[in-house]
Amino acid sequence: MIHRYQQNGFSIVLDVHSGAVHVLDEMTYEITGLLEPPMQKECPTEVLEQLGPKYGSDKLEEAYGELYSLYEDGTLFSEDDYEQFSGKMVSSPVKAMCLHIAHDCNLRCEYCFAAKGDFGHGRKLMPLEVGKAAIDFLLENSGSRRNLELDFFGGEPLMNFDVVRQVVEYARSKEKAYNKNFRFTITTNGLLLDDGKIAFINKEMSNVVLSIDGRREVNDRLRVTPGGRGSYDVILPKYKKLVQTRGGKDYYVRGTFTRHNLDFTEDVYHLAQEGFDQISVEPVVSDPNLPYSIKEEDLPRVFEEYEKLAKRLLESKRRGEGFNFFHFMIDLDQGPCAIKRLRGCGCGNEYVAVTPEGDIYPCHQFVGMDGWKMGNVLDGTFDREEKARFAKANIYGKEGCRDCWAKFYCSGGCNANNQQYAGDILKPHTLSCELEKKRLECAIMMKAALAQDEM
Amino acid sequence: MSHIKTINKANLKESAAKGGCGECQASCQSACKTSCTVANQKCEK
Repeated sequence: MIHRYQQNGFSIVLDVHSGAVHVLDEMTYEITGLLEPPMQKECPTEVLEQLGPKYGSDKLEEAYGELYSLYEDGTLFSEDDYEQFSGKMVSSPVKAMCLHIAHDCNLRCEYCFAAKGDFGHGRKLMPLEVGKAAIDFLLENSGSRRNLELDFFGGEPLMNFDVVRQVVEYARSKEKAYNKNFRFTITTNGLLLDDGKIAFINKEMSNVVLSIDGRREVNDRLRVTPGGRGSYDVILPKYKKLVQTRGGKDYYVRGTFTRHNLDFTEDVYHLAQEGFDQISVEPVVSDPNLPYSIKEEDLPRVFEEYEKLAKRLLESKRRGEGFNFFHFMIDLDQGPCAIKRLRGCGCGNEYVAVTPEGDIYPCHQFVGMDGWKMGNVLDGTFDREEKARFAKANIYGKEGCRDCWAKFYCSGGCNANNQQYAGDILKPHTLSCELEKKRLECAIMMKAALAQDEM
Repeated sequence: MSHIKTINKANLKESAAKGGCGECQASCQSACKTSCTVANQKCEK
């Protein structure tokens, strides 16, 4: 299978099953539109008849010869021989956890998937005893995995920061005996950051996600306090201080764009101009009937904006003024192995979420959804049959993924969004698919452009 | 080649044979928490 597209003056062919990315001249690109595997050594008469008058047979045969040599090398129309691995998808050790340290929040963001912080089940902070039991659960269920990921999430985790500190301390005290390496992360809205918390986060957390939507008026429209005040002016200086004292460790400023700011390139660049160089701004995923939701009819406008952002970011990079935009990051050489790409997110299998009550869910997005509780860290219950079902969720079992060119880049998408908006973890949420494919095209185009610069 | 430039190593098949150690970051956890992109992640090997 190949995927061919043109963007920003580049003609690109992705060979899906080898991962090869080819940049072609216009004539060769047109030839690929007429080819079907298996390829023959001789240039097909259809190519010569259709394109001969425009390019001449000598040039067409020369270009076809180059395409044929890629075919012989296994980097064009290469075979899909990955399905054999999908049958071997068995239950894995649990090695990542989203710890819902606070089902409470000091903001009331309009678009919050967590029902404004409490996940629909009442405001509650996680007691230390639950946090410790969650760490014990991870230690006992992680098998031979050495790197364990634990994200402090909410609601707003800084509302229960004493427990964050004590859970970190408890986990660190166990690392040596269990031969584990904890990688802590925290996702915060920033309101309660102070010097002490910043110092602790910068010492202990391998990544920090700092929520902010971009321009003041965009952020303050939806990211508001219970009294309706915007959060921008409070959080921005705190984020700057955190990043300036972070010593180069990973972080992201992370925003959400909605139907209200489809010109989100301006928000991305606003964050860059404020000095941040690790930026993630993502589309809201929500009920299409809500006023801020991105709808099917908005896709052409969003696609145009992604292309605009890609072109602008490319120019910035060429001037040495670039920054990382999370959704355009792609590693075409040393990215994750094909096995990882078959099932992607790992929720309900190697990744779980734990609520303040100690309840285990497949991931943070499933918390609060009836019928998806998998167990509890306090009473030791854990539904291993459900875990095995999640382990088997891979691109060869998901509707439409097998024949999708993007399958090795998105790996079947978000199981929770699939469940919530398409009714089944194995049915992709098509709006998310379309956005993902556009971002991938932009990311690959940028790689092609930068590679051309070096040639 | 004068008509085609290949910009990467195309080693996906090779990675299948050697892959699956499970030490890399859970993809959703890798920062965004609401959407899934896997190809931006690093291999831990």
